[in-house]
Amino acid sequence: MSNPNELRYSKEHEWLSGAQDGVSTIGITEHAANALGDVVFVQLPEVGDAVSAGETCGELESTKSVSDLYSPVSGEVTEVNEDVVNDPSLVNSAPFEGGWLFKVRVTDEPGDLLSADEYTAFSAG
Amino acid sequence: MGRNDLARHALCLGRRPTVSSTGELRHTALDALHRALGATMTDFAGWDMPLRYGSERDEHNAVRTKAGLFDLSHMGEITVTGPGAAALLDHALVGNIGGVKPGRARYTMICQADGGILDDLIVYRLAEQEYMVVANASNAQVVLDALVERSVGFDAEVRDDRDAYALLAVQGPESPGILKSLTDADLDGLKYYAGLPGTVAGVPALIARTGYTGEDGFELFVKPEHAVELWQALTKAGEAAGLVPCGLSCRDTLRLEAGMPLYGHELSTSLTPFDAGLGRVVKFEKEGDFVGREALTEAAARAEQNPPRVLVGLVAEGRRVPRAGYPVVTGGEVIGEITSGAPSPTLGKPIAMAYVDPAHAAPGTPGVAVDIRGSHEPYEVVALPFYKRQK
Repeated sequence: MSNPNELRYSKEHEWLSGAQDGVSTIGITEHAANALGDVVFVQLPEVGDAVSAGETCGELESTKSVSDLYSPVSGEVTEVNEDVVNDPSLVNSAPFEGGWLFKVRVTDEPGDLLSADEYTAFSAG
Repeated sequence: MGRNDLARHALCLGRRPTVSSTGELRHTALDALHRALGATMTDFAGWDMPLRYGSERDEHNAVRTKAGLFDLSHMGEITVTGPGAAALLDHALVGNIGGVKPGRARYTMICQADGGILDDLIVYRLAEQEYMVVANASNAQVVLDALVERSVGFDAEVRDDRDAYALLAVQGPESPGILKSLTDADLDGLKYYAGLPGTVAGVPALIARTGYTGEDGFELFVKPEHAVELWQALTKAGEAAGLVPCGLSCRDTLRLEAGMPLYGHELSTSLTPFDAGLGRVVKFEKEGDFVGREALTEAAARAEQNPPRVLVGLVAEGRRVPRAGYPVVTGGEVIGEITSGAPSPTLGKPIAMAYVDPAHAAPGTPGVAVDIRGSHEPYEVVALPFYKRQK
C-alpha cells in the first residue's frame, strides 16, 4: 500500500491533509483500516466540538474490535463526513479519499507528525 | 486510532492466546501458503493462524452461499484406543460414548469433578476400539492431561495426536459438489455428524461431515505432509463454485449466527452444562460412574428448582456492536452479560449471545438494552439460533 506524499501522519495511524486555509482533513490510514478489518460503525465528533491533539474524539468499530479515534491536532471541528457515518465501509474501500472522517480548523499541532516515508517505515516496523 | 489499538484489536475471538512454553508461535503445515495468499495472521491459542485473507464479510457470505476453505490444524486431536476405550471415555466425559456407532460422531463435554466445563468436544468413533477426540486448541493440553489421568485402571491407550493431523474444512452449500469431484467416498451416505476414512484428491483422509458454521460441510483430517496438496486440490476443484479461503474471523461470525457456543465465551469452568443450557449432553442413564456425576446431579436439580440465567440471542436495532462482558440491562438494572457479539453479515445488524435472568429471557421481552461503553442501546431478545440453513 502507498501513503500519499502530500499528507502527514500520526503514530496513532491518522492522516491529515495540509491546512492552507487552516482547515485539515483527517482520516485513518490504509494500514490502520486493513488492520481493523471491515469497519461497521463510526462515531465521530460533532461540528463545533473542540478536539485536542492526542485525545480521544470518537470510535471506530470493526467486526472484531472497537478502537478509539484520536485527533492528531487541536482545533475546532468544522465538518464531519456523513457519508462515512452512513456507510462505514468507505473507511476500508477509500481510506485516503471518500473515507475521510472529519475536518478541523487547526489551532495547534504536535511537532512529531510524520512524512509519508517516515510513516511507511513506522507502520512497517 | 490509538497507539495500542492495532496490537490490541488483532483478535477478540475470546480464547486468550496461550503462547507455548518457549514463547514461540506454532505454525501449521499450511503456513507458507497462507502467507502467499496474503492472509492477515493472528496469535490464536499459541498458533499463528489466518484471521482473514481479504474481507471477513465476503468470506462469511461465501460460506453461506457458496463454499469456504479453512485451515483448522490448531484443533487438538487425541486418539483413544483399546478394549477399554469406550469405558474410559464414558468415565471421563459426560456423554454416552459407548453408544456411538463406529463411523459416527458426537458432540460432548469433559467436566471437572465439580461439574465445571473443561472443554466441549467432538468424539469420532473410528472403529469398535478406536476413538478420536477433538478438543479446542486452547484446551487441548488440559483435555489430554485429564484423559491421561482418568485412564488409570482402564485397558486403553490415550495418544497425543496433535502433530499427526492437519485439519482442513470445506463448508457451505457447494461443499458436497466440490468434494465429490475429488473423492470416490460415498458422501451421499455420509450423514451429519458421521465420519469415514477415504481418499480425497489422492490423499488419505478421515472425511467427517461436521463443522462449526451452520452450513453443510466437511472436515478433512490428513497427515500434515499432505495438507498443501489437499488445499491446492480443493482450491482448484472449488474455483468454479466460488470457494474462497476463509480465516478464523468469519468462522466466529458464522458460528455466532448459528448459535453455537464457543469455549471461553459461552462455556467455562465456572459453568456446568446445565448453566449453559446444554444439560442434554449429560447422560446420567449411562452405566458406571463418570467424573462430575455427583456435582452434575446436583446442578440439574438446582437448575430445575431455581433456573439459572438463560443463553439468549440479542438483535440490535442500531449499529453499535456489543462485545463479550458488556452488561445487559433493563431500566437501571443489570440482568445479564454478553458472551459473544458481532455484526451479523447475514442479518445486516449486530447480534449477540448473552446469559440473562430467566424473567427477561423470553423472545420479545420489552425494554432490554446493552450497555455499550456507557450508552444503553436497545436490543431485541430472540430465540437461538439467529440463522438456520434451508435443508
